Amino acid sequence: MRSFQERLGEFDARQVRLVAISVDPPEVTRAHSRRQGYTFTFLSDVSEQVLRRYDLVHEKAGPGGHDISRPAEFLVDATGTVRWVNLAKSITARARPEQVIEILDGW
Amino acid sequence: MVKRSWNALLWIGFLLVVAAPVSYFLFFVRFPVTRDVPWAPLPMFAAGLAAIALGAKRALREPWMYRGRIAGPILMVLGVAVCGLFVVGMFVAARRLPASGGAPRVGQAAPDFTLPDQDGREVTLSKLFRPDSGAAAAPRAVLLIFYRGYW
Repeated sequence: MRSFQERLGEFDARQVRLVAISVDPPEVTRAHSRRQGYTFTFLSDVSEQVLRRYDLVHEKAGPGGHDISRPAEFLVDATGTVRWVNLAKSITARARPEQVIEILDGW
Repeated sequence: MVKRSWNALLWIGFLLVVAAPVSYFLFFVRFPVTRDVPWAPLPMFAAGLAAIALGAKRALREPWMYRGRIAGPILMVLGVAVCGLFVVGMFVAARRLPASGGAPRVGQAAPDFTLPDQDGREVTLSKLFRPDSGAAAAPRAVLLIFYRGYW
């Protein structure tokens, strides 16, 4: 997240919106993004409806046995088509901003 | 009586063992080559544990020469525990993720959705691409970043 925030200008320049999604409710994402200085959009999927449609529910993997999202990144173009996917094999293997920028510059 | 010398091997070894996971999370995690398969800390663990083993061995064999008869075995156990936690955590626990076989693939349509943002406003994926979405210009693409939450 931090690495994406640091390079937000480069995404803006390429007209790409960043949207983070988790099961956290809006008050949690608001507090967190303010504290961390994140200025992009955070969405709350408390009911997991979107996580289920994207098949990303990681059952009982959160604190207290709650469901969470497995890490994943999707680059969606203006036609609503997925152009690039990162389905991490490990929780540390997140997409890097430079990876995404490279994809964008290759369009 | 000869003054027993400080058993530096023990402590250098232990420092290496502690530095291995720290270096991963502070440094190696930044590069996919060292992040996706966390191999870089492994030689550090090996070197650290070997140094502790050597230090403990000489403390036990020549207690009149080297300190660390008690600290040696303790550091060895701690070192193995730190190493074990890292290996199990990174190579097993961190990879225990759902298969997500039904996730949209490249070329497929991303399922549309509406969710509240951090200010409680409803945001619809397909509407983000309209020029009237509040942004200066309609975006060319949207990057959806799914993350675990519970910060």
